[in-house]
Amino acid sequence: MKRVCVDAVMLESRSNELAARSIKGETKRAWIDLAISCIDLTTLEGRDSPGRVRSLCAKARTPLPGSDAPSVAAVCVYPNFVGIARRALEGSAIRVASVATAFPAGQSELAVKLADTEQALGAGADEIDMVIDRGAFLSGDEDRVVAEIRAVKDRCGDRHLKVILETGELGSYTAIRRACDLALEAGADTIKSSTGKIGTNATFPTALAMCDALASFFRRTGVRRGLKLAGGIRNTKQALGYLAILNETLGEPWLDPGSFRFGASALLDDLLMQRERVRTGHYTRPERIPKD
Amino acid sequence: MSSSPYAAAPESTRPRIRDEYGLFIGGTWSAPQSGRYDVTIDPAREEPIARVAYGGPDDVARAIRSARKAYERWWAPMKPATRAKYLFRIARAITERSREIAVLESMDGGKPIREARDFDVPMAAAHFFYYAGWADKLEWVLRAGRRPQPLGVCGAIVPWNFPLLMAAWKIAPALACGNTVVLKPAETTPMTALLLAEIARDADLPPGVLNVVTGDGATGAALVAHPGLDKVAFTGSTEVGREIARALAGRETRLTLELGGKAAHILFEDAPLDQAIEGVVRGIYFNQGHVCCAGSRLLVEESILDETVARLQQRIDRLRVGDPLDKNTDIGAINSRAQLERIDELVRSGVEQGATLIQQRCDLPERGYFYRASFFTNVQSSHRIAREEIFGPVLAVMSFRTPEEAIEKANDTPYGLSAGVWTERGSTNMAVARGLTAGVVWCNTFNRFDPASPFGGFRESGFGREGGVHGLNEYLA
Repeated sequence: MKRVCVDAVMLESRSNELAARSIKGETKRAWIDLAISCIDLTTLEGRDSPGRVRSLCAKARTPLPGSDAPSVAAVCVYPNFVGIARRALEGSAIRVASVATAFPAGQSELAVKLADTEQALGAGADEIDMVIDRGAFLSGDEDRVVAEIRAVKDRCGDRHLKVILETGELGSYTAIRRACDLALEAGADTIKSSTGKIGTNATFPTALAMCDALASFFRRTGVRRGLKLAGGIRNTKQALGYLAILNETLGEPWLDPGSFRFGASALLDDLLMQRERVRTGHYTRPERIPKD
Repeated sequence: MSSSPYAAAPESTRPRIRDEYGLFIGGTWSAPQSGRYDVTIDPAREEPIARVAYGGPDDVARAIRSARKAYERWWAPMKPATRAKYLFRIARAITERSREIAVLESMDGGKPIREARDFDVPMAAAHFFYYAGWADKLEWVLRAGRRPQPLGVCGAIVPWNFPLLMAAWKIAPALACGNTVVLKPAETTPMTALLLAEIARDADLPPGVLNVVTGDGATGAALVAHPGLDKVAFTGSTEVGREIARALAGRETRLTLELGGKAAHILFEDAPLDQAIEGVVRGIYFNQGHVCCAGSRLLVEESILDETVARLQQRIDRLRVGDPLDKNTDIGAINSRAQLERIDELVRSGVEQGATLIQQRCDLPERGYFYRASFFTNVQSSHRIAREEIFGPVLAVMSFRTPEEAIEKANDTPYGLSAGVWTERGSTNMAVARGLTAGVVWCNTFNRFDPASPFGGFRESGFGREGGVHGLNEYLA
């Protein structure tokens, strides 16, 4: 597979230009709801508890009681909470996503990673968010990266596999692009930017580089694969910026929870605030939005 | 795949516009001797903006007299650090009034508000800031032992594509060096020059240091013909540049010319293609292609020609053509009906001569002068579209096999203003850049500017440099 190089100066300038699109009126109204419906509402903390997961699921169903805000796309938890989330979301279309493969660092043997995946699948996860072996990738062992993704995809079968590249650890946009291409070739249904567990998360230029990889894969194969941006996306302005990048590189078909997700938690509250603002013309009190 | 359209996002700021503008001479507004006023229009709406004085030879002479007086009495003898203070003041005022200026520039010229806001106005302010800093450090510009001396009265004649920015490129270094200026803006875009005059007055710039005489080509000719000028700085077409050079032949008047161009991008197979496509798009469709250094020819390595053409075709369909005052507009209005007709005529010649025309698929506004983003394939070097400056959103795509051929084709033009090289290999980049006859060579980028970087051409693209230390040399004796 041809190595594609990425020029940082032009990538950054173009992504910032797109993210500065002026999203107003009807587009803003529609995209706020789109952003909500694309959220993988996430809790990945050491202090997670069954109660916390259940309340997250309740919020996923009805983000703002008494409003017609859409529900989110999925709830994303650690494997041991998949069963609880599954039961809490019974009867809804909201999917259960689980991180797996020794999230977030991926520092474990393949057998352990596969067992991790199987446990999550066995408990009823619809989607698996795996991490790539960054050590192998950075040392040049691309075969191992690809083999691991293939093995996990093999276990997932029809269920949706998101491959987390942890772009903040890859060192350059060219490396990020390479990781995207490898993951897509290996069968990732979605490529995902970050774990949210390190300092550098999704950024506008990273998102653009990932969109370019997906566009290239689509041109080559005719297959539409997905994108998930995660970590540090906390407000509506950022979210609209990312949607503009998506819209002007991949186009309208990607503006859908089937092809695009935000991995986030705090973002939902800001989107709900802005949603009220767009509808009523004034800001609501932050206290009126339930925290979880 | 199409992208989703955006709801209208109109810029809401409206600049204060007077019904009528006189000539700005000696620090005050005065009526033209002829009593004639011309209407400047908004090319996107075909509606009048204001009535603007038409300066004749007598007005030009009066402006030069006032500039001479200001030069001798105040500006040249002034402490350089004090001159700097005025320039800083102007720079700050441009920044403070940036939104208003950007809207006016967009209305008068047709360019997208996004570009006026993010490029023209901040870059104009940056030039004033940059040259303000030089005003009291001019001893470092010249060879050791030479004392920096201003030239006297400078005539600045600027085009309609970047009206304020081109004025800033000339006024800022001229004033920093101790010269005074008579500015003649383009006939179709006088508004921001008049606003700059307002700013100069508000900044208490001594009367006569900056004079603005509006009018058309004849006004410019009268300015050039006047014996009281020590220097002419012109940006515009090669044709007019030639006339000016002829008019100045045998006179002591110094001259810098920044003229047309027919720049080539050279796109190698190993280039970062996603970014290169964006760079090519930015290179030709920026400001509707009304850019002297626009990358209007694209030379592609044969192995990636088909892919590049397919990608370009997809890409131009995503450009948003329309109301310049909508913040999401990528391509605004063509500056004038005459320019629209010229673009149309050249594109038709391309089709007649056998090139293949590919145009963006989109609706155009019913009123105003608009043109679709376009490019040609199957272009021969002898076609008019490959040789003449179109000054519109039209690109000519050709291919090459070896770097030598690419350099030869890129240089096969009477112009020599700019060029672009796209490759991931530093060695190729350097070798090719060295072979190009162009004043600016951008590597893996295009149309990037900085006040510290000199700009200017070879051959029929003119002579002299604007920007940077080099730009100061042109205004010092």
